[in-house]
Amino acid sequence: MAHIAELPNVLNDSDPMIPRLMRVVKNRPETSNTFTLTLEDPDRIPFKFEPGQFNMVGIAGVGEVPVSVCGDPDSPMLVVHTIRAVGAITDALRRVVPGQFVMVRGPYGHGWPLREAEGHDVVIVCGGIGLAPMRPAVYRLLQARDRYGKCAMLYGTRTEKDILFKREFMRWRTRKDFRFELTLDRGRGVWRGNVGVVTDLISRLDVDAPNTIAMVCGYEMMMRFIVSSLIAQKLDPSRIFISMERNMKCGVGLCGHCQLRGTFVCRSGPVYRYSDIASLLPVREL
Amino acid sequence: MSALSTDLVKVLQRSELGWLLAILRDRGYTVVGPTIRDAAIVLDEIASVEDLPIGMTAEEGPGGYRLLPRSDDAVFGFGVGPSTAKRWLLPTSRILWRTRLIDGTLTVLPEVAEAKPVALFGIRACDLQAVDILDRVCAGGCYADSHYVAVRERLFTVAVDCADPPSTCFCTSMGGSPAAESGFDIRLTEIAGPPHRFLVDPGSEAGSAIVDALQAALASEEDLAARASQAGQASQRITKRLDCRGLREILERNAENRTWDEAATRCFACGSCTMVCPTCFCSTTKMSSSMLTGESECERQWDSCFSEQFSFIHGGSVRESTMSRYRQWVTHKLAAWHEQFGVSGCVGCGRCIAWCPAGIDITEVASTIRRSDVAAKRPTVGKEH
Ligand SMILES: Cc1cc2nc3c(=O)[nH]c(=O)nc-3n(C[C@H](O)[C@H](O)[C@H](O)COP(=O)(O)OP(=O)(O)OC[C@H]3O[C@@H](n4cnc5c(N)ncnc54)[C@H](O)[C@@H]3O)c2cc1C
Ligand code: SF4
Ligand code: SF4
Ligand code: FES
Repeated sequence: MAHIAELPNVLNDSDPMIPRLMRVVKNRPETSNTFTLTLEDPDRIPFKFEPGQFNMVGIAGVGEVPVSVCGDPDSPMLVVHTIRAVGAITDALRRVVPGQFVMVRGPYGHGWPLREAEGHDVVIVCGGIGLAPMRPAVYRLLQARDRYGKCAMLYGTRTEKDILFKREFMRWRTRKDFRFELTLDRGRGVWRGNVGVVTDLISRLDVDAPNTIAMVCGYEMMMRFIVSSLIAQKLDPSRIFISMERNMKCGVGLCGHCQLRGTFVCRSGPVYRYSDIASLLPVREL
Repeated sequence: MSALSTDLVKVLQRSELGWLLAILRDRGYTVVGPTIRDAAIVLDEIASVEDLPIGMTAEEGPGGYRLLPRSDDAVFGFGVGPSTAKRWLLPTSRILWRTRLIDGTLTVLPEVAEAKPVALFGIRACDLQAVDILDRVCAGGCYADSHYVAVRERLFTVAVDCADPPSTCFCTSMGGSPAAESGFDIRLTEIAGPPHRFLVDPGSEAGSAIVDALQAALASEEDLAARASQAGQASQRITKRLDCRGLREILERNAENRTWDEAATRCFACGSCTMVCPTCFCSTTKMSSSMLTGESECERQWDSCFSEQFSFIHGGSVRESTMSRYRQWVTHKLAAWHEQFGVSGCVGCGRCIAWCPAGIDITEVASTIRRSDVAAKRPTVGKEH
């Protein structure tokens, strides 16, 4: 039992597979298929997390899925998740109403390198639902704004109808110390903003490469393009961070589903230093 | 070398073997050992020595396993069968929790499955090594599987030296040997004799207590010499090899090697190899609920990286092709495991070779990849690490 002896004392009452029940406070639609759940612990136990970490969120009898924590890390009494309904479990989550309970395990995984980024410029690039894991990082950056250099956020989504967190954007836009750019794949009618893919915005940024940390989140294919553009801007691969998605059943390194070669995405990730996995990403079906 | 000194080694005559089993049962252990079910030697609960496959053996080869009578009445004259210790440590399915409405309030009740003390009677050295690996997997990280820990803490092991390893074995390539050297509570060595006898060697405090209770005679110099020479002969009988030198790096850089495609044309993605593997640990969770009561439960079940759903994320499976799933299995076992748990995930028991319906041999696949190593052809070998 050599390995067991070295363990922190893990007992049944802290069994990582046992979920907590959290009460739904609000379920607000963001777009036609995306919604934001606000949850609270019925016993008012604060929920502490690091931006970029995720929870396993589930409904009894249906199933549970990994979802990034999307709220403000400085408001630990509320647990916020923004979720796109794409299948059985996320659809069931979309239908929950205030007062109902959902199951939560977490927070798990490693988040964004906000410590490491202190004293540096920060570029955040994300697409679609990839904004969800980014929002807590933005809250943190803005809350401790003087610890960072120039901060820019580039966000791309499909159409105007798919824009998440519009009201927040208004606020971010008015800040002089935060550059926020939005682009749409397709802009129609009254849309006056950027049209095109998010990588176009990167080439227009004036990046002080040796002094910049980039954080990237979106679909794997999109992230590859984003990373290439950042590297084209002379960013070192060790200064780029990306958040990976894999099937997850446990979230704690026990079920094997999330393996990415020698790492478990739930444990080493979901946020990785790009240079650590750069050689793995081009391999198909790894 | 056993953990304690050799002057504690005792000897039991064949007719006395039942004493050991009786003492274990007497101390409250559920005794699990090899026994014949459905034309194979599996591990299951045994009540007495008569339940063991006395005088039987199993012929094992790629894609083949066949029970045969032996010419003698050896008690442990066979290799490993399809079942492994993981069935007790990581049950094929287990309820994790249930919900109940208590006074109108939804409550999650953890299902604390009873962890009966189990004695594995006749476990082989490779399977002991596999349990050591499972300790790292299930209890060595920041989160432990609480059920595993509970069963493991109560587990008692009676190891048996392999005298007659089948052709699928390659434990000697994986840092092991047919004779149990460590990690057991008691080590047994069957000596055909005459007289037909067993050397009993304690490897832990708990093992010593049981051996003392046996009140058996001390083993003689001759007994110990017979044990040593038998161990040497058994090792020599093993001819299958897995060359592990640099294997991790070779596999890591050969994800695009054509050998994977060739193996995949034969592989059915049936997952049999992962089920019989003593270290494959993957699981899934299934939730279900009763329409009648509204109560629900969550069940954890064995899973396999050979299934299509295993790697499913919205939009499709990450590992769609059989090639990628076969590659995942081998690469995880022989390479990624080192990074995750500090050891190889393979103990050389050879089960995946015998129980593969296509007769695919992991040692052959690994050596084909070694021979066609992409980097070996370039003069820059080793530069990338
Ligand atoms: C770290 C991480 C963070 C994420 N963050 C977010 C986020 O913030 N917002 C967001 O919208 N998405 C996020 N995702 C993606 C999200 O997890 C998937 O969209 C979600 O898993 C889809 O589940 P589904 O059942 O609705 O879809 P499906 O496509 O139907 O199923 C997806 C997975 O759920 C399993 N599953 C389906 N039904 C069951 C069942 N009955 N029992 C057990 N398993 C079942 C499937 O096997 C499959 O593995 C994140 C993913 C990861 C890995
Ligand atoms: S080889 Fe496959 S089933 Fe076995 S532990 Fe690895 S991922 Fe899981
Ligand atoms: S290697 Fe053999 S046992 Fe494993 S999945 Fe393929 S056919 Fe089945
Ligand atoms: S989700 Fe289970 S190991 Fe990562």
